Amino acid sequence: MFTIEILGKTYNSAAVFGQLLIGLINGSFYAMLSLGVAVIFGMLRIANFAHGAQYMLGAFVAWALLNLPELFPGSGLPSIGYWPSLILAPVIVGVVGMATERIFIRRVYDLDHAYGFLLTIGLAMMVEGLLHVRFGSAGLPYGTPKEFQGTFNLGFMFLPYYRAWVIVASIIICFGTWLLIERTRLGAYLRAATENPELVQAFGIDVPRMLMLTYALGVALAGLAGVMAAPIYQVSPQMGQNLIIIVFAVVVIGGMGSILGSIVSGFLLGLIEGLTKVVYPPGSTTVIFVFMALILLARPQGLMGRT
Amino acid sequence: MTEAEPHLTVRGLQAWYGESQALRGMDFVVRRGEVVTLLGRNGAGKTSTLRSIVGILRQRTGSVVFEGRETVGLKSNAIARLGIGYCPEERGIFASLTVEENLLLPPVVAPGGMTVAEIHDLFPNLRSRGRTPGTKLSGGEQQMLAIARILRTGARLLLLDEPTEGLAPVIVKAIGEVLRVLKQRGFTIVLVEQNFRFAATVADRHYVVDGGRVVAEMTNHEIAARQDELKTMLGV
Repeated sequence: MFTIEILGKTYNSAAVFGQLLIGLINGSFYAMLSLGVAVIFGMLRIANFAHGAQYMLGAFVAWALLNLPELFPGSGLPSIGYWPSLILAPVIVGVVGMATERIFIRRVYDLDHAYGFLLTIGLAMMVEGLLHVRFGSAGLPYGTPKEFQGTFNLGFMFLPYYRAWVIVASIIICFGTWLLIERTRLGAYLRAATENPELVQAFGIDVPRMLMLTYALGVALAGLAGVMAAPIYQVSPQMGQNLIIIVFAVVVIGGMGSILGSIVSGFLLGLIEGLTKVVYPPGSTTVIFVFMALILLARPQGLMGRT
Repeated sequence: MTEAEPHLTVRGLQAWYGESQALRGMDFVVRRGEVVTLLGRNGAGKTSTLRSIVGILRQRTGSVVFEGRETVGLKSNAIARLGIGYCPEERGIFASLTVEENLLLPPVVAPGGMTVAEIHDLFPNLRSRGRTPGTKLSGGEQQMLAIARILRTGARLLLLDEPTEGLAPVIVKAIGEVLRVLKQRGFTIVLVEQNFRFAATVADRHYVVDGGRVVAEMTNHEIAARQDELKTMLGV
C-alpha cells in the first residue's frame, strides 16, 4: 500500500480508492435518477419531485414480485426474481407514471412551476406515507442475486460483484438513454417538442401522448434504479427521500434539462462526495450543496446547460 | 386552371386569441394545383388564417374543408395527417436538431412525397449541411429548410407564411423559382405575403385580407390594372 497526498495531508491509498469506489457506486444512482429528472424536466417542464418515491416504488415492486407467494398465500403465484424484475418492475412503475401523468401532472403544464413542484412532492408524500403505514420504516431485505454473490479483491478493497454490476449497468443505461434522445428519430421528436411543441404537433405528431410516454420513460428509469438499489440499500418507504434532494442538486449542477450534464455530474458528484469522506468526513453530506451553490454563482445555467 | 375542384374551402372562419378576435369571417377557395396568396398589411389576419387552418389556433369556428373533409374541430396533428404542410412565419427551425434531423422531422403522412435527393436538387445549399445545427444556417437557408422539410411528407397542400420576409433580393428570387417548380409538380400552395410584387411573380390568384376578412379577390392578370386600388388596401 502507498500513501496519497491531498491538500498537504497524507492518506492511506486504500481509504482513498475505497471511498472513490463507493462514490462511484452512489454516483451511478445519482446519474440514473438525475437522468430521468432531466428527461422529464426537459420535455414537460415539470420538476418531478416524485422521482424519489418512484425509485422507491421500483424497489418495492421488485420486493413484492419476489415475495408474491407470501403476500398472496394460496394464490399459486410464483416468486419472481431479480432478472425478470429488472424488466417487469420498471414497466409496472412506468405504467403507474403514465396514469399519474394522465390524471394529475397534465393539469399543471400551463401553470406556474410551483404547482408542479407541490403536486409531485405531495404525491410522493402520499405514496411514501401509505407504504409506511403498511410496511413501517425498518426496511425489507432483498438478497443479492446468486450470480453476483462474491467479490473482486482489488488489493485496496473488496468490491462485491453486484456493486461492480451496478456501475456497469448504470453506465450502459445512461449511455443508452443519451443515444435514444440524441441520436434517434424519436429523440429528435422529443428535442423538437421541447423547443416548440405547437409546431411539432402541427407536423402530425401527437404531442400530448408523447409527453405522457416521456414521463413514463423517466419514471421507469427511476423504477429501474430502484430495482438495482434493492440488494444494496434496504427496501424502505423512505429510501427515496434523502436521495431526491441530492438528485435535484445534481440536475441543477449539470444544467436543468441537460441529459449529458446530469449523467456527468451524477458520477462526478458521487466521486466528490467519496473524496470528501476521506478528506473531511463531516462535510460529505454537505459538499454536493456547496458545489451546487458555487456552480450557481459561477455558471447559473449549470455545467452543460444551454443559455 | 380555371375550374379545377376545390382543394381547400374556407367559409365564415372566425378565430380568437383569448378575448381578442383575429378572424371575422374569412371566405376563400383554393383549387387543386393553384397558387393563391393572402395579401394584406400587418395584423390583417393572414397568419391567423394559416394558424387556424392547421389548428394551432384552436379557438375557431366556421368551416375549413380540405379534400372534402371538415377540419375545424380536429386537433393540429390530425389535420397535418390529412396532408397539409405548414411553414410558419418564424420558420420554426429547431436549434437542438441538425439540418438533417430538421429535414426528416415531419412524419410522412401520405405516399408521393419528394425524396431527399429531389429536395437536395431543389435546395443545393442544404446538401452538404446535414450535421450542422439547424439554426447555424443563414436566414435564407433556414427558410429553404423550413420549406424543404414539408415536401417529403406527401402533403399536397402547402401553407407558406411569408417565406420571403427579411431575405436578400437574390434569395427572394431563388424562393420564387422554388415555388414555380413546386407548382409544376402539382402542389397546391397558399402563400401569405406582404410583398405583392413578389406575389405577382408566382401566384394565380390573390385575396386581399383586412380586419380578419377577405376584402377583395383578383387574378394575377388583374393585378396590374388594379395596382392603385391594391396599394391603397395594402397601405403601401
